[in-house]
Amino acid sequence: MLQGFLQIALMLAILVTIAPLLGRYMAQVFLGEKTWLDRVASPVERVVFAGSGVLDGRPMTGGQYIRAVLVSNLVMIVLVYAIFMLQGVLPLNPTGLKAPSWHLGLHTAISFVTNTDQQHYSGETTYSYFSQVGALGFLMFTSAATGIAVAIAFIRGLTGRPLGNFYTDLIVSLTRILLPISIVGAIALLIAGVPETFAAPAQTTTLEGATQFIARGPVAHFEVIKQLGENGGGFFGINSAHPFENPNNFSNLLETLLMLVIPAGLIFTYSIIAGNSKQGWLLFWMVFIVFAVFTVITAVGEYQGNPLVNQVLGNPQPNLEGKETRFGPFLTSLWAVATTGTMCGAVNGMHDSLMPTGGFMTLSNLFLQIVWGGQGTGTAYLFVYLILTVFLTGLMVGRTPEFLSRKIEKREIVLASAILLVHPIAILIPAAITLTFPETLAGISNPGFHGISQVVYEYASAAANNGSGFEGLGDATLWWNLSTSFSLLVGRYAPIVALIFLAAGMARKQTVPETVGTLRTDTTLFTGVTAGAILILGALTFLPVLALGPVAEAFNLG
Amino acid sequence: MQDLIISIRSIATLWILTAFLYPLLIFLIGQTAFSYQANGSLLRNAQGEVVGSALIGQTFTADEYFWSRPSVIAYSEGDDASPTGLSGSSNLAPDNPELLERIRAEAQRLRSERTEPTAGLLYASGSGLDPHISPTAAESQVERVAQVQGLSVDEVRSLIAQHTDRRFLGIFGEPGVNVLTLNLALDSL
Repeated sequence: MLQGFLQIALMLAILVTIAPLLGRYMAQVFLGEKTWLDRVASPVERVVFAGSGVLDGRPMTGGQYIRAVLVSNLVMIVLVYAIFMLQGVLPLNPTGLKAPSWHLGLHTAISFVTNTDQQHYSGETTYSYFSQVGALGFLMFTSAATGIAVAIAFIRGLTGRPLGNFYTDLIVSLTRILLPISIVGAIALLIAGVPETFAAPAQTTTLEGATQFIARGPVAHFEVIKQLGENGGGFFGINSAHPFENPNNFSNLLETLLMLVIPAGLIFTYSIIAGNSKQGWLLFWMVFIVFAVFTVITAVGEYQGNPLVNQVLGNPQPNLEGKETRFGPFLTSLWAVATTGTMCGAVNGMHDSLMPTGGFMTLSNLFLQIVWGGQGTGTAYLFVYLILTVFLTGLMVGRTPEFLSRKIEKREIVLASAILLVHPIAILIPAAITLTFPETLAGISNPGFHGISQVVYEYASAAANNGSGFEGLGDATLWWNLSTSFSLLVGRYAPIVALIFLAAGMARKQTVPETVGTLRTDTTLFTGVTAGAILILGALTFLPVLALGPVAEAFNLG
Repeated sequence: MQDLIISIRSIATLWILTAFLYPLLIFLIGQTAFSYQANGSLLRNAQGEVVGSALIGQTFTADEYFWSRPSVIAYSEGDDASPTGLSGSSNLAPDNPELLERIRAEAQRLRSERTEPTAGLLYASGSGLDPHISPTAAESQVERVAQVQGLSVDEVRSLIAQHTDRRFLGIFGEPGVNVLTLNLALDSL
């Protein structure tokens, strides 16, 4: 047990060391300062800017910015959907895979363009190498960069700067952050044993004479951006539990850190752009503590194991159902909490087989959306919570609410509330409809309370743009593909639109000078109140569902 | 309209960068510098035939071999796996009666084969392809394997030690015994 927590503590210590460094680097990139990567990245950028026709990089208004996000994402969907539908005639298809059904293709395209990567298919049996590299791998870069660009525009607005140019930020996120780290990470994964080949699956005769088909492919380059960009869509059906995606504990360490480092680092980027690094550290520790508590609870549950099985075994042993030997209960728990917290959605063990404590924690992460949070959007939500808390405490003590020297008024509160309300709407309403027709629609594979969790988890994962799942669920149906597409789109674009409007409005405001009467947001007390507000708002909305799912399941297990 | 043109142009440019040049670079590095890993860590016998991958488990049922963990996809073997290969897990919830039934049956079978059932041998893996079993799960099979192979228990234990992948840096992860390479070593004795 001690050894297990030592592993987790060391990984988190590495995160605490590298996140501020990356955060500062990202701030330099978006503030247009010189960085050590300029010599390599600048020439590449010049070519990309010229090719894209956005040489001037003129700042956009809120409306222009939103239009640019929506139009570019729509073009991506069209391109990727076309690749899926034509994959039968496109090259790099050694197993002769045909085009997927129209609704599966549509769901996949929407799911990957929204940085969710919810998969209602198995990679090795559904999409050709061309589709995986040219469509899915491509969206892994652009969807992550879209999230970062929006997050940067948001903080620029909050601090009174122009929002910037979407295309410029999109390209810069790629050339300065995502691509350089991916190249280094992919080579490291290659050395660790992750394949990178376009050859067909290997066919072998096993020692006992059976014929084995070993799926492989161009995985290494895909794997790294899958983690780094909080995408999480596995090359293989079983994601990072597959030995070719995550062969050993070096790769597991690297992949765990890759998925945490950008959302954790962006908190520092924000505080540097806002010129208040104390605020950054306070927010970082707030999220860190919630994250650590969730991880410990999950790990203890998995380590104690399944009481029903332990009766058969005669003594308590960890729950290893759906876990790989090399990762064990502790690193699988850390990964499960990290992947649902950061909206990565990759898994190195099966969440459906987690103990109810693990189910509770992973679902809570999907509901809260800020325990690091999605690529870019998570940090923005964190600041939305700050704005709401400023408003709440302002009401309590009778002061005019101000944030970053700007007044918080009705418009800001309406937009902030909209951002937070979209989430339960996109989860609970479709989940209720689906649970009304358990036989025809739901596709539940586990009986009892766990079945409710399966359905709610699927929509929560879609709306939070996470992408992990309780994968026993029979979700490759027309209903699931279309209804989760709704949650995916609403969960992604409604908050983005509101965030940009919120930022554009804040940027236009007069600053108010700071006085002794100003409520300071960079204090431990205020951060504590913010944490309370986040947990209470989240609990009020989602506790009933959690009680019907994992809580009831835990009582049922005894 | 202008947005559409810029979008199409930048997406085309970024596609070339991220979906063509970047994978190509990694592919070339992989195939030239790390071709063993890049092609799936395939193991070959003396005749040069592929007998498996060092990273992918196989089904073992014979008494002379160490057994692997249960796999719902039968380690991607047989007609179901043709031609693409498979991966998959049981996805059974902890309170699913099916799980308990399966584990009871498997525990009974193991006990009848004089093998102590441990968590590492009863629970199905995440990928269905797990190449490892836990050292305890290997230890529980030592006597059987030693007897059938006509080896001493110590000889078998030292083979297990040679085929155990330890924690990374002695800290991260759990040690695992690679069942395929261990059984290959038993074969080559």
